Amino acid sequence: MPSPDGTLHAITANRLRDGVVVFLAAGGAWVESFADAALLTKAEAEPALAAAKAQAEGDQFGVDVYAFEVERADGAAQPVKMRERIRALGPSVRLDLGKQAAA
Amino acid sequence: MPLIENGRIGEDAWSFIPDGEPVPNDRPVIISFERWQADRASFDGRNAKLGVRLKSGTLAGAIAPDLDRFALVALEFPKFRDGRGFSTARELRERYGYTGEIRAVGHVIPDQYQFLVRTGFTSVEAPEGTNPESWANALSEITVAFQPSLDETEPLSLLRRKLGLAG
Amino acid sequence: MNHIAPGARAGIYHYDAIDRRFVGERVEQFRKQVDRRLAGELTEEEFKPIRLMNGLYLQLHAYMLRIAVPYGVMSAVQLRKLAEIGRTYDKGYGHFTTRQNLQYNWIKLEDTPAILNALADVDMHALQTSGNCVRNVTTDQFVGAAKDEVVDGRVYAEILRQWTTLHPEFTYLPRKFKIAISGAASDRAAVRVHDVGLLARRNEAGEAGFTFYVGGGLGRSPFIGKLVREWVAEEDFVAYLEAILRVYNQYGRRDNIYKARIKILVHELGLEKFKAEVEEEFARLRGPKYRLDPAIVAEIRTHFAPPPFEDLPETSDALARAKAENPAFANWVAVNVAEHKAPGYAIATISLKPPGGIPGDATCDQMDLIADLAERYSFGELRVSHVQNIVLAHVKQDELFALWQQLDAAGLGTANAGLIGDIIACPGLDYCALANARSIPLAQALSARFADPVRQRTIGELGIKISGCINACGHHHVGAIGILGVDKKGTEFYQITVGGDPTLTTAIGDILGPSLTEEETVDAIEAIVEVYLAHRTEGERFLDTLARVGHGPFKERIYAAD
Repeated sequence: MPSPDGTLHAITANRLRDGVVVFLAAGGAWVESFADAALLTKAEAEPALAAAKAQAEGDQFGVDVYAFEVERADGAAQPVKMRERIRALGPSVRLDLGKQAAA
Repeated sequence: MPLIENGRIGEDAWSFIPDGEPVPNDRPVIISFERWQADRASFDGRNAKLGVRLKSGTLAGAIAPDLDRFALVALEFPKFRDGRGFSTARELRERYGYTGEIRAVGHVIPDQYQFLVRTGFTSVEAPEGTNPESWANALSEITVAFQPSLDETEPLSLLRRKLGLAG
Repeated sequence: MNHIAPGARAGIYHYDAIDRRFVGERVEQFRKQVDRRLAGELTEEEFKPIRLMNGLYLQLHAYMLRIAVPYGVMSAVQLRKLAEIGRTYDKGYGHFTTRQNLQYNWIKLEDTPAILNALADVDMHALQTSGNCVRNVTTDQFVGAAKDEVVDGRVYAEILRQWTTLHPEFTYLPRKFKIAISGAASDRAAVRVHDVGLLARRNEAGEAGFTFYVGGGLGRSPFIGKLVREWVAEEDFVAYLEAILRVYNQYGRRDNIYKARIKILVHELGLEKFKAEVEEEFARLRGPKYRLDPAIVAEIRTHFAPPPFEDLPETSDALARAKAENPAFANWVAVNVAEHKAPGYAIATISLKPPGGIPGDATCDQMDLIADLAERYSFGELRVSHVQNIVLAHVKQDELFALWQQLDAAGLGTANAGLIGDIIACPGLDYCALANARSIPLAQALSARFADPVRQRTIGELGIKISGCINACGHHHVGAIGILGVDKKGTEFYQITVGGDPTLTTAIGDILGPSLTEEETVDAIEAIVEVYLAHRTEGERFLDTLARVGHGPFKERIYAAD
């Protein structure tokens, strides 16, 4: 469900050296857990994405940098799309693997 | 732009003259295939060397009848993933017997250099700032080939061969 | 000739010093390319095709590395190495693919040079398992063993493996290029849904030659390969393929990724025009330079000499007794064991499709066990099939029971080869960056629903194939029942097709009706099965009944209630 001020966004990439899914946190650091990702309004997301892309690609840190939609359900944020949920957690058919396993 | 020849950065005696600009008569120049088609009569009687530049969609057959007019054919790679030039070069050599210089221009990367050489290219126009070492390495990293190459005449029965050592 | 690495006594191409040197150089080259990428000398755009040509994709969770298993054949030593790599660099398992390869899902870019090095130790690599080049050439998983074999496809697949390796002209094609060879009376390699499909045959003089089909393929626009030449003599084999690829490289579309496969070129140019172009190139290439010398064919054939079979009676008493005493084993033999050309031997399929399991996945422990069993029972050699199972091709009938007991104890004794539980599924949205929907959960639900072995045999031959997007890695178009996952506003839906057939009677399935949710899909498949069982006459397979009664009764049953 989009909040009244519009849908929220998070910014993600895969880390170049190992492919691990990372998220942009408040302050511009990249973190591995979606729970630590910065949630941005559409207006905030555009410049943040451009800056993150330039930084991640310039520093050979990350690839495939993009923003995705996030919704709040029961107080917790979660990605709107199944694809992004699976990226944030791990394969739905192997709950012992990926980020969900470490949690 | 740096010109790569035999694995080294070399001097480029040629210059490309964009369409519409006057063509100097006293030094080697490359013109576009389109200009050649539109204006070929204007090159009659020219003494300095002439080269022609083909877009990747222009195949060898299009220039074949005029090959004796050109000391150089430049094949354009709009992006390095567009591999038509490899076939065009091979056709120029094998099918039409062209013996002049074949140059790769546009977007090519050192990792393609050996393929370029093996399909008949003689030179590559590399981007400014290119790492010369990568081009030099590209010719020596792999010493085995599984196909006959252009400069070789052995039949396929020598399926596996050492590059540069065959003969 | 060095025979150390593969360690098999049957059917493996043994690298010589030149092959080994080549693969070693290639690993070093990639190591430098990775360094150049990490240093920023290569952009991601430039690096991507390079890593893809070394089998390295970026998927949802990490990099995925696809290892080439040339024409699906490998040795026990090689499989054990794959298990070791899976433990060291991945998460203890691997996934066998429809291209007869193996892929790992959790690979780090910085580890890949070391992994490729480990592969090189056993004469393996990951070359050309992706990218717009000629991919792993596939063949019949029963090659060299099948009773109905006419020509040994491994010999020609190996020739193509070599010829296409770093081909200087054909490494940046418009799109990927897949070749399959079948040398038996029944086509187990799906040749007519390949870019080039080859039927290896013999003429009246007993000489080998090839029928060429071109322009087959699945994906967004499925096409059945068209007959381009009835007979290409062995010595022209490479020249003719070279001609096809040259025509494709020059004329194939590069403006639209969905129209770049050779099937679109053949379709847009028209078969006659395409043939004429190929014949013109072929006529020129046909000289001595491209002639495939019989000497080299003979040399490569020595690598695939039959293993030292014992002189055995046609049938085995021990097998008959074991079957009589153990119905579960008897069922496995009836379903998973095929006839061998050598008396007293059999071909055993190890199903990687346990009920509720992930199709094609095997743990590293299972790989080790299969390697041991291959050594003990099948001359140290095994195959990956394009339906994502493993085949031990040369098992003594006397030893089938011992083999099955060990398989069964490790969860590998499922008796469903060719039956409804033997589902092909792509990794889908659980792993794949291209997918629109998940494939695996549906495969799991279906194989669990139809787990009962008696029911499976009653239903008979019926292939279900599931793809999580239109790229059709799960071959859904040629499934007797095909399922395509689609995304509808964030929800996964599945579209059912029926009537597909990957064999020589190739057919692309037709869409049965509107797409359904996952749960509805499982029920719908069950309904389709029930309608089939209600309508079938003696001896009819699902495809036969479907052809006779049409879609009507199936549609009515699934969609009438709405």
